[in-house]
Amino acid sequence: MSEPKGRGPAWTEERRRSDEGRRGLKGAPEASGETLLGLTEAEYARITGILGRRPTSAELALYSVMWSEHCSYKSSKVHLRQLAAKAPPSAALLAGIGHNAGVVDIGQGYAVTFKIESHNHPSYVEPHQGAATGVGGIVRDILAMGARPVAVMDALRFGPAAAPDTGRVLPGVVGGISFYGNCLGLPNIGGELDFDPCYAGNPLVNALCVGVMRHQDLQVAVADGPGNAVILFGSATGPDGVGGASVLASAAFGASVTGGAAGQAGEAAAKRPSVQVGDPFLEKLLVECCLELYAAGLVVGIQDLGAAGVACATTELAAAGTGGMRVRLDAVPLRDPSLGPPEILMSESQERMMAVVEPGRVGAFLDVCAKWEIRAAVIGEVTDAGRLVMTWHGETVVDIPPGSAADGPVYDRPFSRGPDQDALAALDPAVLPRPADVSGLREAVLALIGSPGLADKSWVTDQYDRYVRGDTVLAMPEDGGLLRIDEETGLGIALATDGNGRYCRLDPYLGTQLVLSEAYRNVAVTGARPLAVTNCLNFGSPEDPAVMWQFAEAVRGLADGCAALGVPVTGGNVSFYNQTGTSAVHPTPVVGVLGVHDDVRLRVGIGFGDGAPASIFVLGETEAELGGSAWAHVLHGHLGGRPPAPRLAAERRLAGLLATAAADRLLAAAHDLSDGGLAVALAESCLRGGVGCSVRLPGDPFTWLFSESAARAIVAVRPGAEEAFGALLARHDVPGQAIGVTGGDHLAVAGCFSIPLAELGAAHRATLPALFG
Amino acid sequence: MRVGIITFPGSLDDRDAARAVRLAGAEPVPLWHADRDLRRVDAVILPGGFSYGDYLRCGAIARFAPVMSELVPAAGSGLPVLGICNGFQILCEAHLLPGALTRNAGLRFVTRDVRLRVENTGTAWTRAYRPGARITVPLKSGEGAYVADAATLAGLEAGGQVVLRYDGGNPNGSLGGIAGVCNAEGNVVGVMPHPEHAVGELTGPSADGLGFFASVLT
Repeated sequence: MSEPKGRGPAWTEERRRSDEGRRGLKGAPEASGETLLGLTEAEYARITGILGRRPTSAELALYSVMWSEHCSYKSSKVHLRQLAAKAPPSAALLAGIGHNAGVVDIGQGYAVTFKIESHNHPSYVEPHQGAATGVGGIVRDILAMGARPVAVMDALRFGPAAAPDTGRVLPGVVGGISFYGNCLGLPNIGGELDFDPCYAGNPLVNALCVGVMRHQDLQVAVADGPGNAVILFGSATGPDGVGGASVLASAAFGASVTGGAAGQAGEAAAKRPSVQVGDPFLEKLLVECCLELYAAGLVVGIQDLGAAGVACATTELAAAGTGGMRVRLDAVPLRDPSLGPPEILMSESQERMMAVVEPGRVGAFLDVCAKWEIRAAVIGEVTDAGRLVMTWHGETVVDIPPGSAADGPVYDRPFSRGPDQDALAALDPAVLPRPADVSGLREAVLALIGSPGLADKSWVTDQYDRYVRGDTVLAMPEDGGLLRIDEETGLGIALATDGNGRYCRLDPYLGTQLVLSEAYRNVAVTGARPLAVTNCLNFGSPEDPAVMWQFAEAVRGLADGCAALGVPVTGGNVSFYNQTGTSAVHPTPVVGVLGVHDDVRLRVGIGFGDGAPASIFVLGETEAELGGSAWAHVLHGHLGGRPPAPRLAAERRLAGLLATAAADRLLAAAHDLSDGGLAVALAESCLRGGVGCSVRLPGDPFTWLFSESAARAIVAVRPGAEEAFGALLARHDVPGQAIGVTGGDHLAVAGCFSIPLAELGAAHRATLPALFG
Repeated sequence: MRVGIITFPGSLDDRDAARAVRLAGAEPVPLWHADRDLRRVDAVILPGGFSYGDYLRCGAIARFAPVMSELVPAAGSGLPVLGICNGFQILCEAHLLPGALTRNAGLRFVTRDVRLRVENTGTAWTRAYRPGARITVPLKSGEGAYVADAATLAGLEAGGQVVLRYDGGNPNGSLGGIAGVCNAEGNVVGVMPHPEHAVGELTGPSADGLGFFASVLT
């Protein structure tokens, strides 16, 4: 997962790992069953080939977790390579894919690192701890880059809102995120919540973390310098999460949950020991301890321990550094003395880090750990022997070339467009019955705004601390989260995540571009300039050619979309095997976009304000585009046709306009148009600000209210700024139509309906409390 | 004016308390839990967070931190002390304030901008407010329900020791809608909501919280 190369060019991981393919083991794995610990027979044969002998049980454990799909990206990397190959040139990138997380220059000497990761399978097995440790893991990724973590976000997807199992999984996941994130002291500034039957049994729990540092604080994950000490610090190692990477995120897990609901619950219980248990208090101490160690210059290289624990940290540090390492596994502090080398290597006990430290600084290093009451142990040293050698009470139990474990196999798995795609495309939403009259339009607006995926999310977000650290300028339900970075200059960053399984199911290439567009637009409406992209790719089994096609198309769409928008991908995560039996989740790439805000004091929120009426404009072009729309989904349970057309050039112009308009103080409010179209956007802006609006639609009311055409937003222009704003529209070549004004206490659409905000708010707010208590 | 802010392991809002002190015009001074030294400060804030992970019971372990052995006698001698959220819990555990904070009535963590009524404007930390002032400040806690036995509650009400009360809805089941109390002398105040998160419209719901930090300057 990590391939540190200092400040060199990005994308080295993909290039280096592609070399592995040329050395052999390229092509699909044999179809034969799995052998020990999730390795295929071909993979086992490859290990014996590398070693020239049978592996020891410790070596087998190490290779099994390192070559798991989760750690090796063996099925995805042939596709992910295009993210680098097609990346637009960016002066802002300080470190790219292959590091623990990408690093972006935001100016004034500050750098930002951010990444999103999945914790889907653990969160189904044990929702509270699964989600909690998902937060903990991504925070350590950010910490390992040298940054102070400053905020988190969560993109959550569950089965039907009213399903009994959702009543188990959702409160557990939200409670786990609340427990861990709040105790860690990181504001939760946004994210997503959606429901669809395809996620029953496979919830998607994607956690994002963002951190900030000065340029010179960037840390690297390398074990350089023979003789330097290798120190494991943080929590003691226990049996929790042994084999998590290879068991939970694997075909074996998918295959085991085929026996119906009762069978699923039973299997989930049997896998529970594979889920880690989190201690956010220890993680808070670890954060402060690491930042003090960095500031004192005591660290040569650092790596977090996540999936595959000590196995991953030692092999990746060694492979990226001088090339060798000697480790005494019996020096690893244990919380269960019965653990042996294979368990120690595979354990995913949380809140651990590994550092490489010059011998003369070990004492100072241990002193800082002692100040923060963090346990630390020297477990080995860097060598120049090119071998990773591990001993257990004097006996050699591992002796391998570290690169062979860090570089897993590469599979170019077969993929082909699913046979049902044509039938799906033929299910044109144009045949669906539309509201017969204006009262039907009114009912549809209320149904949408109260549907679980679009309803008020306070039930969830009220459980998260959004205030801690005192720099949160915008948080949910705003379009994007916005953080102040510098109190003097007002420099800040905006973040948004978006996903849309329905669009991507209809067309993964276009759908992924729509998802990217929405996240990009959500950052832009705050007044920020989009700068970089992270992604979490949630898919079914890569062994299914139709799923592999979805994946290939999604990655191609993302690469092309990022090139067109001029924003590079800095890192991400792939989650396969999100399926129950043969039924995969919708292809669900979740895209996070980071933007820079020159002065957060000029931020723009989504809520209509009181005072003099402000003119409301719809920006962009509205066509009849209802394929995959919230209207078809909520009112008709329908999924078919084509998703809206991405309009990447128009998105870019719109973002340019919004940034300029915000800087020129022309906007009182701005809100992107996406799920549920103009109807939902107007309702949300009214409810957020507690102020109504009166609008007249320029064309067919149904299309104008519910179409989900891309590259659109509504803005409320400050009274007196209309002329300047009109000039800006022309200058940026963005179509805009004035449709009405803010004010009053109704959402009033001339000739259609007038809904009191009290009624609108009741419909919006009642849903989640009614479902979850 | 030097205002000390204690950092315990797991303190989270220490940085925010320091900012609020600075905005009010005083000098924030960091104090470390393991030092038996108040560094000659003129007032002390115990900030929010999860000291020692809130293991065992909120505030129960922090109460025994070395710095507390200095703080308790100083508070007895009149040093102004403000506990916010976890700090309030610690002051109760240390018996500098009566009562206790227990699990929210809804059993879930609650983050919400709450309206409050300032009931006592005679304390070291509230004297900048008008009597009966209504303020809006964020609340964010899982164990914020204030409880005390009936005699203690009656004594607090009779003695004017209820400093803050939830106004228009009780978010966590606190008895009497109590959001903050003080000791009989009025120098030690504990509040569950976070005035340090209400120091301006940019990052909070209001600037209403600044009054706490301005009060101790006067």
